[in-house]
Amino acid sequence: MSHHIIQANNLKYKYPDGRQALNGVAFRITHGESVGIVGANGAGKSTLLMHLAGVLFPDEGEIRIGDVPVTKKTLPLIRQRVGMVFQDPDDQLFMTTVYDDVAFGPRNYKLPEEEVEKRVISSLNTVGILHLKDRPPYKLSGGEKRAAAIATVLAMNPDILVMDEPTSSLDPKSRRRLIRLLQSFTHTKIIATHDLDMVFELCERTIVLKDGRVITDGPTEKILCDAELMEECGLELPLGLQGCPVCGTKKPI
Amino acid sequence: MSNPAESLYNIRILDEFADKKSIIHDVHPLMKVLTTGAYLLVTVSFSNYELSGMLPLIFYPVIIMTLADIPMVPVFKRVLLALPLIIGIGLFNPIYDKSPMLVLPWITISGGWVSFFAILIKGFLTILAALILIATTGMTRIASALRTIRIPGVFIIQLLLTYRYIAVLVEEAGRVVRAYSLRSAGEKGIKFRDWGSLTGHLLIRSIERAQRVYRSMCCRGFTGEYHTGREKGIGIGDILYFAGWSLSFVIIRYFNIPEMIGWVMMGVRR
Ligand SMILES: Nc1ncnc2c1ncn2[C@@H]1O[C@H](COP(=O)(O)OP(=O)(O)O)[C@@H](O)[C@H]1O
Ligand SMILES: [Mg+2]
Repeated sequence: MSHHIIQANNLKYKYPDGRQALNGVAFRITHGESVGIVGANGAGKSTLLMHLAGVLFPDEGEIRIGDVPVTKKTLPLIRQRVGMVFQDPDDQLFMTTVYDDVAFGPRNYKLPEEEVEKRVISSLNTVGILHLKDRPPYKLSGGEKRAAAIATVLAMNPDILVMDEPTSSLDPKSRRRLIRLLQSFTHTKIIATHDLDMVFELCERTIVLKDGRVITDGPTEKILCDAELMEECGLELPLGLQGCPVCGTKKPI
Repeated sequence: MSNPAESLYNIRILDEFADKKSIIHDVHPLMKVLTTGAYLLVTVSFSNYELSGMLPLIFYPVIIMTLADIPMVPVFKRVLLALPLIIGIGLFNPIYDKSPMLVLPWITISGGWVSFFAILIKGFLTILAALILIATTGMTRIASALRTIRIPGVFIIQLLLTYRYIAVLVEEAGRVVRAYSLRSAGEKGIKFRDWGSLTGHLLIRSIERAQRVYRSMCCRGFTGEYHTGREKGIGIGDILYFAGWSLSFVIIRYFNIPEMIGWVMMGVRR
């Protein structure tokens, strides 16, 4: 299905204060791929994701989702295809109940209320928090908030899921649950994160960003095991690949 | 401040009340908006010296809160937040207007004090009515009600975003103050010289946060219209609700009920 291809050409973006956050980023992501975008703090991951969702527009270069360039005119279409989960779920949950929050997107597309309800219930079910539907979002735990934020995006039926540090601030159990959940999705997934172990489990491909540039782009095992490269980009080997801190033996890859 | 969720500053509690179920909650939002409008009009139309005539106005909020099962204390507390402002408005009346107004055997009350209390009560009642409207209807439904009477969308978005923004601002303020007090070695309050940097910091943080919230709204197809899903049509009961209250307000406005009751009592005694 060609309309799921994401193509970025020479993206450049400068924040109003003069900081060049993206400096010629290019890649092509095909349907169903799961891609980890890794890099140190300030590498430009969040900025890049905001370009994918049409929140920011590049100064130079372009981004295409299928055959549609991301521009102000095509936004309604883009936003139906690309679902973005923000880094801080508090930014994404602003209604008074979880239900209304998840319904916000579908209602904006003027779907009939029966269809809205169907989508809300099924999204909440998918992320496993249907029982929380009448709770106010700001009273949920971190993991539940994250799940709710993901549900708000799923309710839009996107083809592409874009996530900014989905496992940050989650406890190990919630993190594990989230990873399982993401594994079950068939969407094209683009995940910006420091959580290299998650990338290892979830993404077959990794793009490494540094100072607004793509340093490498390739199969995850190859990139994340390259200690030198990781060091250079302000990252380290995934814990799962590091030697055992007690006995020093390495795990076989 | 140690527990922001419980504190005075948690405005969202009003939205939570709005999700309850009661006869008042069931009334069509538009009729509640109009009724509140009528109440506000009548309340502010009292002159600042008609203290006794406006007393019956308190029945409206009390009745609504009782029927809607909304606890009075948290709502009253939030009205108190605005009280300094109202006191500020009425503060100079007792100083400028010293003409005796109410001469009782043991005390003489000047017109200034009467008008001061009148302003206080008016301010209290209007804010209370507005909060009650939010607590029984919810901001999003109020917005959609306004939309049905053809208020331009721009104003409604302004209203909604401002309302959201207040919550954001207050929450950010809570965090900033907590971070400050944790490092200020047990001192009470905030030192005057730190105010500038704190408010600046707060402003930037809340603008950034509001921007992120707005972005995430846009990402889900928000284009300026707010949809609240299913809304019933206006029924005969809704219209009666509005008509009944309006009539009561008009009666309260044109007849000084406490005074009339006074006459009746005196008449009975005589
Ligand atoms: N709103 C902003 N205004 C100015 N500079 C910003 C803004 N947001 C991010 N930056 C800068 O852009 C660079 C990339 O930031 P970001 O994309 O958030 O990095 P990451 O998500 O990889 O940590 C950083 O140097 C950051 O300081
Ligand atoms: Mg980031």
